[in-house]
Amino acid sequence: MFVLVVGGGKVGYYLSKELIESGHEVVLMEKDRGRADQITDEIGSVVVAHDGCEGKYLGEAGCARADIVAAVTGDDEDNLVICQMAKHHFDVRRTIARVNNPKNEALFRHLGVDEIISPTRMILASIEQDIPVHELLHLAALGEGELEIIEAHLQDGSPAIGRAPGDLTMPPGCSLFAVVRDGVATPLLPDMTLRVGDKVIAIGPSDCSASLHEQLIGDNPEAVTPGL
Amino acid sequence: MKIVIVGAGRVGAVLAEAYDAAGHDVVILDQSTRAFDRLPSEFGGAAVRGDGTDEDTLRRAGAADADVFLALTEGDNRNVMAAQVALENLGLQRVVAKINDPVRAAAYAELGIATICRTTILADAVNAFLGLASLGLPGVIAPTGGHHAGHEGSHGASDAPLAENLNVGAAGREA
Repeated sequence: MFVLVVGGGKVGYYLSKELIESGHEVVLMEKDRGRADQITDEIGSVVVAHDGCEGKYLGEAGCARADIVAAVTGDDEDNLVICQMAKHHFDVRRTIARVNNPKNEALFRHLGVDEIISPTRMILASIEQDIPVHELLHLAALGEGELEIIEAHLQDGSPAIGRAPGDLTMPPGCSLFAVVRDGVATPLLPDMTLRVGDKVIAIGPSDCSASLHEQLIGDNPEAVTPGL
Repeated sequence: MKIVIVGAGRVGAVLAEAYDAAGHDVVILDQSTRAFDRLPSEFGGAAVRGDGTDEDTLRRAGAADADVFLALTEGDNRNVMAAQVALENLGLQRVVAKINDPVRAAAYAELGIATICRTTILADAVNAFLGLASLGLPGVIAPTGGHHAGHEGSHGASDAPLAENLNVGAAGREA
């Protein structure tokens, strides 16, 4: 496979190195001449010392025959343009962009970038999973971000304990669809009784978390983590 | 008309001053407040410090109901991204981006953005002064496809509707 990597920072460097070790053909574009020379010394002559945002240089680096273009510079706008040029101007089948501002994810997806990697989002998700008191966990965004899958971890003090899902008042457009109990996921039935330790999975508009919180977690101030 | 300009460089500031003097409602954004020193003291529009590629910032600055959106920072890619946020997320119709790389300028015209390429305009101006032939590349390219089918598609004629509405300078104030 021929992979064109744009951006010779840490991500681009290690990515190229790993790809070469797995036997792929790689060209790395890095506009800073000094950095490009340094990478050449370390991993060989796969580096093109030019700006990958510039159409002319993308073409010279072989973009038109790339199977995959990975735009991993530190600037979102550069990564967007690299992927769009690759996709629309050079007909590259698969484009991957690194996105720093999580708010740009939906835009990038909408504008045709095939795969979006957001380190910020990943670290955020990891931090959220590690905080036990953070009972509402945003698992994933659907569509263009207007819907979310949310997990609610039921604890002592939750108004939902001992009640059936059918008795809860859900915010408009929001529904509970599964429960994870003792590590086993089952569909949520309206007459089931909710218990402490249940993880209830909900799907709904992204602005429904406040009211979900009220229904499933309660308003015990100690259990509320600010920031949601 | 409400005109939003991203980037208070020389071009951005000159246009902001002219549109404001012509009676338009002007909002100009830049990441650096020092850039606003280029605006005259009598500038009556809004000068907003912020990132013009950020949707929230643009909305706060009031760009959501702009009639014209001009992306004129010094970075081609910042302009491309600001223009696409304006087209896609704010749903604006008339979006112009300065793109100095001729290849990118042509590519983005195909994606629905009117592009202005200083490189070809300047090169042609130099050649015209020296009496040499033009490069034959368009400096201003109308959007030829992409997101908004409502755009005029033909090359060259595209800048006419903008010019008709802008009434800059002696033409006086517009309601």
